[in-house]
Amino acid sequence: MNFELLFQLLLNGLIVGTLYGVVAMCFVLIYKSTQIVNFAQGEFLLIGAWVCYAFLVEMHMPFWMGFLFTLIFMMVFGIVLQMVVLRPMIGEPIISVIMVTIGLSIFFQAATKWIFGATTATYPQVFETRSVNLLGMQIETAYIMSFVISLFIMAGFYWFFKYSKLGLAMRATAFDQQVAQSLGISVKTVFAMSWAISALVSAIAGIVIGMVNGVSSALSVIGIKVFPAVILGGLDSIVGAIVGGVIIGMLENTAEFVDGQYLHWGNLFSIAPFYVLIIILCIKPYGLFGTKDIERI
Amino acid sequence: MAGFSIRPCGDFRTTYRQDTRIFDTTYVRNAAILGIFAVAMIPFVLDGYYVNLFIQISYFAIAALGLNILVGFTGQISLGHAAFFGFGAFASAWINNTTGIPVLLSIPLAGLMTAAVGLLFGLPAARIKGLYLAIATLAAQFILEDFFARAEWFTGGSYGAAANPINVFGFEVYDDFSFFYVCLFFLVVMYLLGTNLMRTRDGRAFVAVRDHYLSAEIMGINLTKYRLMSFAISSFYAGIGGAIYGHYLGFVSAEGFTILLSIQFLGMIIIGGLGSVKGTLMGTVFMVLLPEVMESGVSALSVFEWASSTAVTDGLAYIKEMAIGLAIILFLIFEPDGLAHRWQQIRAYWKLYPFSY
Repeated sequence: MNFELLFQLLLNGLIVGTLYGVVAMCFVLIYKSTQIVNFAQGEFLLIGAWVCYAFLVEMHMPFWMGFLFTLIFMMVFGIVLQMVVLRPMIGEPIISVIMVTIGLSIFFQAATKWIFGATTATYPQVFETRSVNLLGMQIETAYIMSFVISLFIMAGFYWFFKYSKLGLAMRATAFDQQVAQSLGISVKTVFAMSWAISALVSAIAGIVIGMVNGVSSALSVIGIKVFPAVILGGLDSIVGAIVGGVIIGMLENTAEFVDGQYLHWGNLFSIAPFYVLIIILCIKPYGLFGTKDIERI
Repeated sequence: MAGFSIRPCGDFRTTYRQDTRIFDTTYVRNAAILGIFAVAMIPFVLDGYYVNLFIQISYFAIAALGLNILVGFTGQISLGHAAFFGFGAFASAWINNTTGIPVLLSIPLAGLMTAAVGLLFGLPAARIKGLYLAIATLAAQFILEDFFARAEWFTGGSYGAAANPINVFGFEVYDDFSFFYVCLFFLVVMYLLGTNLMRTRDGRAFVAVRDHYLSAEIMGINLTKYRLMSFAISSFYAGIGGAIYGHYLGFVSAEGFTILLSIQFLGMIIIGGLGSVKGTLMGTVFMVLLPEVMESGVSALSVFEWASSTAVTDGLAYIKEMAIGLAIILFLIFEPDGLAHRWQQIRAYWKLYPFSY
């Protein structure tokens, strides 16, 4: 048994898993506050990464400026998307809501391919050194940065929902829309802001992954990988999203290890999360931290 | 009321038998039969391009009807229909290649095999519904796609599987001209079966499960049984459609059955109208014609400078994909009940014209 490889893969899994956790958190944020399942979450990453690429490479901006402009763009994008497409969907059956976001997903995927091309593009070098030595292992600087940024985002979410006024309004809306509205919270604003924040944070994750792997339409696959994570953690739990993301990330890399060392099947690592997903849905459909919905007649 | 009129001028039904009739009047029934004969004339009148389009429409329409039974009538969401469609294609080729059963028989057998697989993946549906089910079927899509690429004994792995042409009583169906009639036969039979299913107790049970599953259960409908049954029937239709597709192309490869095709199937039934057999056919026609119309639209616009640029001509595949996404979004926002509803409105308008109130 190759312990060194296993350890390296598990560390990889932890880092990738926290990124999954961040994206899953954005997904849960939208689901919790607006009751919409966002199948276009992966496209947020994709659009964010491409827009940042356009700012950096086509317009030759310095990194911090391009990054900032991307965040502003994504915020506006999220609000406009919510206002134009998702607002008419309030009160529609769940199949319509799901299909609208799926429609958005294929629209934006095709649009980015059309505008930016189908080939992988790489960002200009941001860091001086490519990798650093940590505990006797080579780790890419971008990975460390992604881990730090993920932790930072998570802490930001914690602060936001615990202390900021908007975060409290969002929690109130998620708890009960009618009560929140009667207390003077603008539910419209809350809906728009939750899409804006989700788009913005997803874009950060997209840029981080784009720095490591390059920007291509493969980024939107993360949007699909999010589903095992959120189902495992529970659909309406932010903590669950993080835990689920980390577990799915580790699981993927463990599957890769088992596959590479013993089974030699090929792409087990990309399919393993979905087997887990089916099993969880059969035995514990509301996940680890999700609330079980009880229906009355 | 059985007179020679398009619609009876009021509601004269006194029995349940009358209420569940497929055709309101004899005129409508005769018109439908005449319509089928008119369609059967297509290969004699129009050229091969349209015959090919019709064949595409027919196998997609059969699979889409299956999805509509599941989504539109039973209220279960499935994002993995393309995988079942593909499974049917592989299953029919496999049955025919290994056992030598004639293709015409192997197509329904493939349907049954797909129904069994559908039952397997429908099992979570016994416990979960709505969104959770959508995600479970999404997982089914990826698992089956992976299976297609891996199971070489069944699908030929990455090389794909060869499917023999259809053989009707010693008469080989090679060209589009004769395949057209095979498709028409299957289309009519499957649509009649689908329409009739909705008139039976099982069909009404599906609708009851969709409308309010708790009330349905209290009324004595076995939820688990009907949800699983709906999955099986839906997969059966997908399998038949897929098998026809496989034998039409003569070759089945694992790449064709991606999530995009699943979304296209969902798009067909949403654009056509959820819970409408007629709408399914309309939606399929729309979905199959949309890329063709886009293509001819772009080539018609190429007299202009901007439309003949490489950005437009090279991006045509992406423009088609964007059109599919956009069509789904626009229909959901502006016409959530689909083309079937619009058709109803147009008919009502002409019926009351010019004295609509």
